[in-house]
Amino acid sequence: MSRYLLRRLLSAVPVLVGISVVLFSILALAPGDPFGELALNPNIPPEVRFNLRQQFGLDDPLAVRYVRWLAAMLHGDWGYSFVSRLPVQQLILQRLPTTLFVLGSAYGLALLIALPVGILSAIKPYSFFDQVATTFAFVGYSLPTFFTGLLFILVFSIYLGWLPFIYSSTIEARGFAWVIEHLRQGAMPITVLGLFEAASLTRFVRSAMLEVIHQDYITTARAKGLTEYVTTLKHALRNALIPVVTVVALQIPTIFTGAVITEQIFRVPGIGSLLIAAIESTDTPVVMAITFVYAALVILFNLLADLIYGLLDPRITYG
Amino acid sequence: MSLDEAALRAWVHGVVHGMADRRAFLRYMMGLGLSGPFLSHLLATYAPAQAQTPRPASDFVPTKRGGGGKLRLLWWQAPTILNTHLASGTKDMDASRVVCEPLAAFDPDANFVPILAADIPSLDNGGLAQDGKSVTWRLKKDVVWHDGKPFTADDVIFTWEFAADPATGATTTGSYADIDHIDKLDEHTVKVVFKEPTAFWYDAFFGHRGHILPKHLFAQYKGQEARNAPYNLKPVGTGPYKIGEFKPGDVALYEMNAQYHVPNRPFFDTVELKGGGDATSAARAVLQTGEFDFAWNMQVEHQVLSGLERGGKGKVLVTPGSGIEHIQVNFTDPWTEVDGERSSLKKAHPFQTDPLIRQAYALAVDRRTIAEQLYGTGGQPSSNFLVAPLRFVSPNTTWEFDPKKAAALLDQAGWKRGSDGVRVKDGQRLKLVYQTSVNPIRQKTQAIVKKVIEDIGIAVELKAVNAGVYFSSDPGNPDTYSHFYTDLQMYNTAPGSPDPQAHMDRFTSWQIAQKANNWSGRNIPRWSHPEYDQLWKQAAVELDPVKRAALYIAMNDMLMTHNVVVPVTWRHEVSAASTKLRGMEVTAWDSRLWHLAYWYREA
Repeated sequence: MSRYLLRRLLSAVPVLVGISVVLFSILALAPGDPFGELALNPNIPPEVRFNLRQQFGLDDPLAVRYVRWLAAMLHGDWGYSFVSRLPVQQLILQRLPTTLFVLGSAYGLALLIALPVGILSAIKPYSFFDQVATTFAFVGYSLPTFFTGLLFILVFSIYLGWLPFIYSSTIEARGFAWVIEHLRQGAMPITVLGLFEAASLTRFVRSAMLEVIHQDYITTARAKGLTEYVTTLKHALRNALIPVVTVVALQIPTIFTGAVITEQIFRVPGIGSLLIAAIESTDTPVVMAITFVYAALVILFNLLADLIYGLLDPRITYG
Repeated sequence: MSLDEAALRAWVHGVVHGMADRRAFLRYMMGLGLSGPFLSHLLATYAPAQAQTPRPASDFVPTKRGGGGKLRLLWWQAPTILNTHLASGTKDMDASRVVCEPLAAFDPDANFVPILAADIPSLDNGGLAQDGKSVTWRLKKDVVWHDGKPFTADDVIFTWEFAADPATGATTTGSYADIDHIDKLDEHTVKVVFKEPTAFWYDAFFGHRGHILPKHLFAQYKGQEARNAPYNLKPVGTGPYKIGEFKPGDVALYEMNAQYHVPNRPFFDTVELKGGGDATSAARAVLQTGEFDFAWNMQVEHQVLSGLERGGKGKVLVTPGSGIEHIQVNFTDPWTEVDGERSSLKKAHPFQTDPLIRQAYALAVDRRTIAEQLYGTGGQPSSNFLVAPLRFVSPNTTWEFDPKKAAALLDQAGWKRGSDGVRVKDGQRLKLVYQTSVNPIRQKTQAIVKKVIEDIGIAVELKAVNAGVYFSSDPGNPDTYSHFYTDLQMYNTAPGSPDPQAHMDRFTSWQIAQKANNWSGRNIPRWSHPEYDQLWKQAAVELDPVKRAALYIAMNDMLMTHNVVVPVTWRHEVSAASTKLRGMEVTAWDSRLWHLAYWYREA
C-alpha cells in the first residue's frame, strides 16, 4: 500500500509540471494585456505602458518567465497580482472561507438530497415517487444555473422580499444573528447550486443502486431473513457506493474553485469570480496559482478516490 | 457705433457681469445678423468659469457630523487598487476618492470647486499669471491627514514628483508632464510653473487625477517601488472617510473621519462600496429591492430602467455626459498588408477616401431611432464630435437621416447597383466590415445601421470583439481598436476633463497609430490635414478663452465637413439612487463621489 502511494505521488510530479507548462503557455499566447485599460486614456503616454510591461517582466521570452515562476512557486512565493499588487496567497485566502461555505454547503445539500432520493427511487423503480423524482432531476439538470438563479432572485428577493440577493462578505452582526444573516444571504446561491448538483447525483445514485439491487447476493440476503433496511443499507448501498464515491471524490475539487456563473449572479466573492476577473485582466500570477491549485487538488482527490475504493471493496488490494 | 475688438469685449464683459443691458446687446447683435445660439455661446465663453461663492449651505439639511448610519454603494466593476495615480479605471478612482482629495474638483457645469485649496486661482486674485506660465495655489489651513500629520505644500510638490516620474508608470502622468517645477512659497502656498504658456492649467491637481498623496508615507515608494506601497491598499488621505477594510475585487469599507476639515460633515457613519456583477442586477438592487442606496453607470436598456423605476424605491439620475459614441471611417486599406501591417499609411482605402461615400455614411445612420430606442434618457443624437462643455460645442453642424439622398450620392460617385443589389464600380463590389465591442446596445446599433446601409446598396459584414481584447493595448493582437483592421468601427470616447485639448489630439497627424509606434497613437482613422494640425497647435498655446473655443469649434467643424467620423449618440451619465438620497451632484467631469462629504439621507 505504501509503495503504491509513493508511486502515485511520484508520478503526480511530472503531471503537475506538464500541466503548469501548458497553462503558462496558453496564458502567455492568449490576447489581452493587464494594462489594456490604459490604452484608452488620452493622458497616458505610450512610454508609461511600456515601462509597466517591462517592470512586470511581461516582455521577456516565454521560457524565462516560466522558469522564474516555477522557481518562485517552489519557494512558496506565489507572486503578486499584477492588478492589485496583493500577494496571491492573501487574495486566495481572503476568498476561501466564502467559497468553502457556499460551495461546501451546496455540495452537502446535494448529497443530502441525492442519496435518500436515489436510494428510494431505486428500491421502488417506476413508482409514483420515482417518476416524480426523475422528472425533477431532468428538469433541474436541464435548467442552467443562471436561469434558476435569476428565477430565485425574482421570486424570493424582488416579489417576496424575503432574502437579500447581493452577497456581503462583511457582515457585522455577532453570534446568532451572524449565523442567521449568513444563512439568509447564502440560501439562494447554495440552493441553486445544490439543486443543480443534486439532479445529476440523484440519477447516478439511482442507476448505481439499480445495478446492485438485482444481484444474486441481495436475494440471498433477503432469503437469509435480513430486514429490508439492513439489506438495502448494509449490502446494496455499500456496493453501489463504490462508483458514487469515485464521482463525488472527483467533484470535490470544484468546491475550491467555485462556480463562476452563480458567483457572478449573486456577487459572491469567491475564487471562481477571482479566476474570471484575473483571466479577463490577464493577471497571470493569480490565474496560474488558482489553476495550479486546482490541478493539484484533482490529482490528490483522484488518489484519494482510489484509496477509498480500496477500503470499500475488499477485493481490491494495492501491491 | 463702430465696434472694435476692445469695445466688443468690454461690452460682452459688461453684459455677462450684469452691468450692461443684455437685451440691448442681443438686439444689436441680431441686427448685425448674428444668430441666437452663436450669441449665447459668445456670452457663455465669457461667463466666469469659477464658482466664486461656496456651495449654498441651504442645500445641506443635517447640522452635525455623523448619525447617518451606513451608505451602501454598488459599482458593477470592483475596485482593485486605492491609489488614483495607479488606477486602471474609474472604479479605482471613485473608490480612492472617498479617502483622498484633490486641490479642486469640477461640478456638474464644469465649474471649479476648491476642496483642499483655499480658493480657485484666477487672474483677478493673482493666482493665474498673465503670461499663462504659472499658477499659484493657496492651500487650506488646518487640514490633517488621517494619521494626524498636517497637510502642507510639501505633499502637493511630492504628488507632482510622484506622478510625473516615468519610472512610477502613473496613469495620471500626462496631467503632470507639462509642469516644469513647483516653488514652495510657504507652508500653504505653492507656485506651479509650466514649461510653456498653458491654457489648460486646470488639469494637474484637479478632479480624479489630482488626489494629493502624503509625502511622509509615500516618500520611500517613489519610482519603481510605487506599486509596492501598502498605502495603495490602505490609503491615508484627507477625505471624509478613512479606509476600514479593503478586499480587492470585492468590497471596500470606510469609516467616518472625525477630523474632517469641513465642519458638520460627513453625514454617514460608514460607507460600503461593493463591486462586481452586472449593471441590470445593480439597477434592481437600488430601484426594486432598496438593498443599496446608489449604483453607477447604468448601461441598461431604457425600457428596463423605466420599468424598474416604477417601484418607487429609487430614481434614475441622468447627468449630461461628455462621451460621444461614434463610427470611425478608415482612410487606409485594412485588407492589404504592406511591410507587415494592414491599415498602413502607405495604402489608401479603395473607396472611403471619396468624400461622397463618407457623406453617404453620415446620411445613413438613423440617430434618432438609436438614441430613443436604445439609449432612452441616457443619450441623444449628435451632429458633433465635441459635445461638452457647452462653450466648445459647435452650433454650425446639423445631422440628417436621408437614405434616398445617400443612395443618390453613391450613384453620383459612379457606383451602380449590380444584379444582387450590391453596388459595383470597375469590377469592385462595394462591401465593408463594421466592428465594435461586445455589448448588447452596440450590437443593436450595428443592426440598425447595417439595415440602412445594405438598403442603399453596400454589403455589410458585422464583427463584435470581446471588450477586454478590443480595448487592450496588445501590439500583437489584430482585433484591437487601434489596429483598425476593418473599414468602419464604433465606440465611445470622452474628453475625461472639461478641456478638449487631449480629446481633439485624436486627429492630428503625429498621433496616427501604426506599427512603428506599436499602434499606440491616438489617431485611429489615420486621417490628417495640415490645417487641422495647425489649428490644434494654435489652440494649445492660446490663452484667450474666446479665441480658444473658436479654434476647437473650427476643428470640430472640419471633422464634420470631411466626415472623418459619424457621431451617433451623445452619451449621458445614468445612475440609480434611492429616492431619499440627496446631495450627490453627479457630474460627468469628475468622480461620482466628488461630493460624498455632502451626501445625506432624508428622514
